[in-house]
Amino acid sequence: MSHWRKLVALVWKDLLAEFRTKEMLSSMLMFALIVVVVFNFTFEPGSRSTREAGPGILWVAFTFAGVLGLYRSMVHEVERGCLQGLILAPVEYGLIFLGKAVGNAIFIFLIELPTFLLFSIFFNFDFWQGLDKLAVIFFLGTIGFAAVGTLLSAISVNTRTREIMLPILLFPIEVPVILSAVNATASALAGKGWSEITGWLKILAGFDLIFLLVCFVTFEYVLEE
Amino acid sequence: MSLASPATNIAPAIAVKNLVKTFGAFYALRNISLQIAPGESVTIFGPNGAGKTTFLRILAAISRPSSGEILIDGQPLRDATLAHHRRLGVIGHQSFLYDDLTAAENLLFYAKLYDVPNASQRVQEVLSEVGLRERAPDRVRAFSRGMQQRLSIARAMLHQPSLLFLDEPYTGLDQHAASMLTSWLRQLRSEQRTILLITHDLEQGLALADRIVIFLRGQVAWEKSTRGLDQAILRQVYFDLVAGGAAPMNRSAP
Repeated sequence: MSHWRKLVALVWKDLLAEFRTKEMLSSMLMFALIVVVVFNFTFEPGSRSTREAGPGILWVAFTFAGVLGLYRSMVHEVERGCLQGLILAPVEYGLIFLGKAVGNAIFIFLIELPTFLLFSIFFNFDFWQGLDKLAVIFFLGTIGFAAVGTLLSAISVNTRTREIMLPILLFPIEVPVILSAVNATASALAGKGWSEITGWLKILAGFDLIFLLVCFVTFEYVLEE
Repeated sequence: MSLASPATNIAPAIAVKNLVKTFGAFYALRNISLQIAPGESVTIFGPNGAGKTTFLRILAAISRPSSGEILIDGQPLRDATLAHHRRLGVIGHQSFLYDDLTAAENLLFYAKLYDVPNASQRVQEVLSEVGLRERAPDRVRAFSRGMQQRLSIARAMLHQPSLLFLDEPYTGLDQHAASMLTSWLRQLRSEQRTILLITHDLEQGLALADRIVIFLRGQVAWEKSTRGLDQAILRQVYFDLVAGGAAPMNRSAP
């Protein structure tokens, strides 16, 4: 019960600080929307090439905005030594990881909805078609992305080139997530049934489970000097 | 050699043996051995770069030693980190406070992490104690350096720690706040809490300590009980050591 309360406190702290300033969310959202708008100039709405490239464009927007959010979220923790404050508290390191990862995932979810809405308008996709499937894909993809991203942002935040180090470390590891999410999204947008995306969802769920566990256990070694 | 106190069967609050910390080829700490009894108040002096903060960070389990042994209440630090943190209060160079949360929200957050009972009430109490009750709804971003330090003190007081590590806690405090901190530290000493203080203020450090330790180049260069030790002697010893850049010498028994 105490663990649960501490986890809620860790997430609540991030949400409260962010909803007060909206600095991170607004920059993430702007970035994602710009990606969608710029790609819209290149592709003709409703064309075959748009259908093929659309899911990739959507996940480019999600992941690039997500990296921005992951980076800023961890920078806030080191600005006044807050990460040390968390380390000094009687809280398991794994719980600190979970708190940060859940907060990061919520921020990415929050930018996914308006980004997808704009994407469906600009690229002439039916917003409601396959929304239930897309919700599951976005959820599983975001969890995996936020889990690994939180761990790697804690590693990269103490490096001199931390802005560039996070995407360099993150994207190679996230390949299975992005690949599965893009393919599953393509199937869902094409109006295919659950049976067509189950395989990709299994990969996403498996990746999430493995990396949540690995990151939970290894976060301790990332935080220690 | 056992690290238990030879005079009694009570384990020292902190026992450090042959502690070494290196950063690459640089030795920040060289074979530090030190014991602090429960309820003892120890002040560490030393010039910049002597290894004081590194030593404190290792004892707080923020940083891992390169080698050596650390026992907290007789337990290896590595095995009892959570229990150690539960009863440890730290005031460091940084405030550990979130700029975009208010003073009250910051303290409430830490109170939850420390499982402080009646957290809201306790937060109001400590805010009153550091003279920030009126500023409770204000964001920390708007606080001056001194006010942030006061709030940092409130954060360290929240869970009524039995062990306190203070790294230059007077930094940025105005006279009133400094006097409040001194009163609090005196009260903690009277309550037999164990205190490890790092400061450059020889007068303040001497007044608040049972024992003085001087670090130089990552080593304990001098240590002595404050009984019979006056400020003039301390000043003379300190400046002789620092000016001479001495290696360990004259390590008096406490």
